[in-house]
Amino acid sequence: MIRQRYQSIIIQSICSLLIPFIQLFAIYVILHGHYGPGGGFQGGVLLAVSVLLQRLYLGKEVAYQKFPPKLALALGAVGMLIFGLAGIVPMAFGGSFLDYAYLPLPGVSGAELRYLGILIVELGIGLAVFGTLVLIFDNFIGGRW
Amino acid sequence: MKWFSALVMVLLLALMLYATSDLPDHADPQAPANTYVSPTYIENSVKDTHTPNVVTAILADYRGYDTLGETVVIFAAGLACALVLMKKAGEKEDR
Repeated sequence: MIRQRYQSIIIQSICSLLIPFIQLFAIYVILHGHYGPGGGFQGGVLLAVSVLLQRLYLGKEVAYQKFPPKLALALGAVGMLIFGLAGIVPMAFGGSFLDYAYLPLPGVSGAELRYLGILIVELGIGLAVFGTLVLIFDNFIGGRW
Repeated sequence: MKWFSALVMVLLLALMLYATSDLPDHADPQAPANTYVSPTYIENSVKDTHTPNVVTAILADYRGYDTLGETVVIFAAGLACALVLMKKAGEKEDR
């Protein structure tokens, strides 16, 4: 068994039990933005909170092996890239900036394509917010990474 | 130079206050935003985007440019935080 920061069995059990449900709820919030309250920003924060809880109860050494800080930075950049591409790719196919109706996805068109475009953008926002919050936390607790 | 900056700020404040006197009142039903912008979004968002949540449709589709700016601001804040606080490779860890 890996060395844990807190030896209390209560903290370990509750945290390891909570984290998967927080992550599941975060993904639900991101994907359910079309139909109810939610979206990329809120879901990204929830996803970041799950990783931060892991950081808090496992301690830096173990948690950094499970989720390296550089991965958070990379995921945040990938999220920004998804959003930027969703803006630029339609320009290459005859639309204007962020005009999802011109995204080159086969089989869908018009309103359905804009529906998918919103989903792509929400995923990008979620990743960017998630990566940024984990990055800020990792820098505030200090230490080399 | 300090006084010059202060003067510029005061002039800017006066300009802003002067400009706000032209804006429509808060929640004025005759304001342009309430006479055609909001009704257009409310009536057409489901038809245009198949998205029942009008807030999401406005945020990510009609006003996508604004949301892109918000996300860039958040990401830039995180990057600036990393630039200020990140330890360099040779630097000693203090805890």
